Amino acid sequence: MKLTKIALLCGLAALVPNLANADTLSEVIKKGTLNCGVSTGIPGFSATDSKGVWKGIDVDFCRAVASAVLGDGSKVKYIPLTAKERFTALQSGEIDVLARSSTWTATRDTSLGLNFAGVNYYDGQGFLISKKLGVSSAKELDGATFCIQAGTTSELNLTDYFKANKMEYKAVTYDTSGQTIDGFKKGRCDAVTSDASQLYGLKLKMDDPKSVMVLPEIISKEPLGPVVRQGDDTWFNIVKWTMYATLEAEELGVNAANVDKMLKSDNPSVKRLLGVSGKAGENLGLNADWAYQIVKNVGNYGESFDKHVGKDSPLNISRGLNNLWNNGGLMYSMPVR
Amino acid sequence: MNKTQLPAPSSNGFLNNPQNRAIIYQVCALLFVLFLAYYFTNNMFDNVEKRGITTGFSFLDDVAGFGISQTLIDYDDGGSTYYDVFIVGLLNTLLVSVIGVFVASVLGLLIGIGRLSQNFLVSKLSLVYIETFRNIPILLQILFWYNVVLAALPSPRQSFTYFDSFFLNNRGLLTPEPIFESGSGFILIAFILAVAGVFFLARWAKKRHDLIGEEFPLFKVSIAILIAAPLLVYFISGQPVSAEYPVLKGFNFKGGLAIIPELLALIFALSIYTATYIAEAVRAGIEAVPSGQKEAAKALGLKDHVILRKVVLPQALRVIIPPVINQYLNLVKNSSLATAIGYPEVVTLFSGTTLNQVGQAIEIILMTMAVYLTISIVISLVLNWVNAKMEIKGR
Repeated sequence: MKLTKIALLCGLAALVPNLANADTLSEVIKKGTLNCGVSTGIPGFSATDSKGVWKGIDVDFCRAVASAVLGDGSKVKYIPLTAKERFTALQSGEIDVLARSSTWTATRDTSLGLNFAGVNYYDGQGFLISKKLGVSSAKELDGATFCIQAGTTSELNLTDYFKANKMEYKAVTYDTSGQTIDGFKKGRCDAVTSDASQLYGLKLKMDDPKSVMVLPEIISKEPLGPVVRQGDDTWFNIVKWTMYATLEAEELGVNAANVDKMLKSDNPSVKRLLGVSGKAGENLGLNADWAYQIVKNVGNYGESFDKHVGKDSPLNISRGLNNLWNNGGLMYSMPVR
Repeated sequence: MNKTQLPAPSSNGFLNNPQNRAIIYQVCALLFVLFLAYYFTNNMFDNVEKRGITTGFSFLDDVAGFGISQTLIDYDDGGSTYYDVFIVGLLNTLLVSVIGVFVASVLGLLIGIGRLSQNFLVSKLSLVYIETFRNIPILLQILFWYNVVLAALPSPRQSFTYFDSFFLNNRGLLTPEPIFESGSGFILIAFILAVAGVFFLARWAKKRHDLIGEEFPLFKVSIAILIAAPLLVYFISGQPVSAEYPVLKGFNFKGGLAIIPELLALIFALSIYTATYIAEAVRAGIEAVPSGQKEAAKALGLKDHVILRKVVLPQALRVIIPPVINQYLNLVKNSSLATAIGYPEVVTLFSGTTLNQVGQAIEIILMTMAVYLTISIVISLVLNWVNAKMEIKGR
């Protein structure tokens, strides 16, 4: 008798269900919140304000996905991650989507089991230096020491750039962008190198922002975008089309203020986007008003850009490459039809 | 009536034998553990494959392509592989561990003895030292020393300069780097011969002491031999070792050896912290030596420092070594906290940067854990061997 009991116990373990669940959409709906991976504090992209509220264009993207899926932009749990934690957190299922100014590269897209769902900011790597150095171009930085955040493409680009220009450098790598700028403030390095957009944010964190400057050179392409796990195409589609919906809304002139009025618009494109006609929402596995909820709760891409990094923000970065395609930029939504 | 008809213990055979049953339970428990391990591993590989995450160790041959602030081997940020990065990280961990263990031991021994000193000031200062640094978390101490080091030191152009060849600034401590030219091998040979000579001298001195009881000034003579022999050969072979001096050029110094501030801060923090525990172990060991031993030695007319060295410490070591092993192991493991200040040891470099660039968490974390496991086991084995040597021999 005893032996059979023990054998039963041994066999029971085999019945434990497979631990991995591939269906992110139903999981998010069941939880009622979206777990969104953000940075530990990059002004304009994802950082908390004085009241502890998360703000930035990456945060807006999290809110847009939550609006599309749950109809409520506030149902997001923000999980701050360092550069080196971010992909593991996504692979392991700790977060549902990663919106942490991550550069889309071939290696990351193909070997990490991840998919990049689009680009929400076209960036490039630059240098922040102290004006005291008396340097006006990156070509004069031979022998300089750089503070870098560990596990970023910046580390690799820096090597490439200095190799290509036959110059030498030293790198001091830190875990978070906070430590990186701290090292720079204390004089551990001559310059900080990172995505140019982040440098403008870091500049504001300096005690005297006027004592530092961003060099004109941009040494790399940094297309930053949201990332999801590979192998869940339904969820991949939702995140991808959330990005497009914010762009399409801007292109069609739909914004948070006029979206209710736009429901009655005669424009067939607007009707399809807002779910008045067509089956875009249903095909995505969402409600018909998914895009309406995005624009209503978060606004279109242009609004989000202006508010957090553009002309209405302290960063005051011009749209440049991040303008719509018909305004000379690269932002181009696939047609919603 | 049933009571009288109890079956004989042996009639039901195999299962009623407690020994057999014990074996069956253990086999089953083992099978269960193995099964769980198999199940979780299998599940992991299954998920990894489903998500299309690359597996295997072939990434070690890929070019890493990022810069590292301190490398003990030749490292070329454009051509070296992730395997080289692993070795660089491993060596940096070993470097900080070895220096840390050495400094912590010396400091711990001095403070531990000082704690028992008759001198009021020395004993109380040691007490304050131990109680302060033992009760502050090591991570905070690392951050503290790092900030102190960076804040206290000037920029490269305003370096503190010593003898025109040592420079101290917030990029580190720069010292001249010895350049070994042809012929410098003879100096090494001379040094090895000197070490061998001292070894035989020590044996001779001990024999002589046993025989006629006369003390030979072994320590002074040994030092003299160890310094004089290589120095003599250095001049005979035409001074084949020169030094490359650091020179201020552009933003920073070029040439020479640079000790980076991260390393300095880490060694400060780790050895100061670990020394407190070692000091307490030393104190415990010394107090464990029966006072009769010291009194007997005093009665023989031995001087205080001779009593400490020849009577107290050899007996105290038996008590001191086991807890000190633990402290050495802790120091090695605590060195992984360097990730907070960007010292490029194996955790920062390998399970930090490399993990992020490659994305193969399982392989990389396993390799990193294997590093600490191996280092710790080696330290344990060596010190257990030393401990066995030191134990009281039954004669």
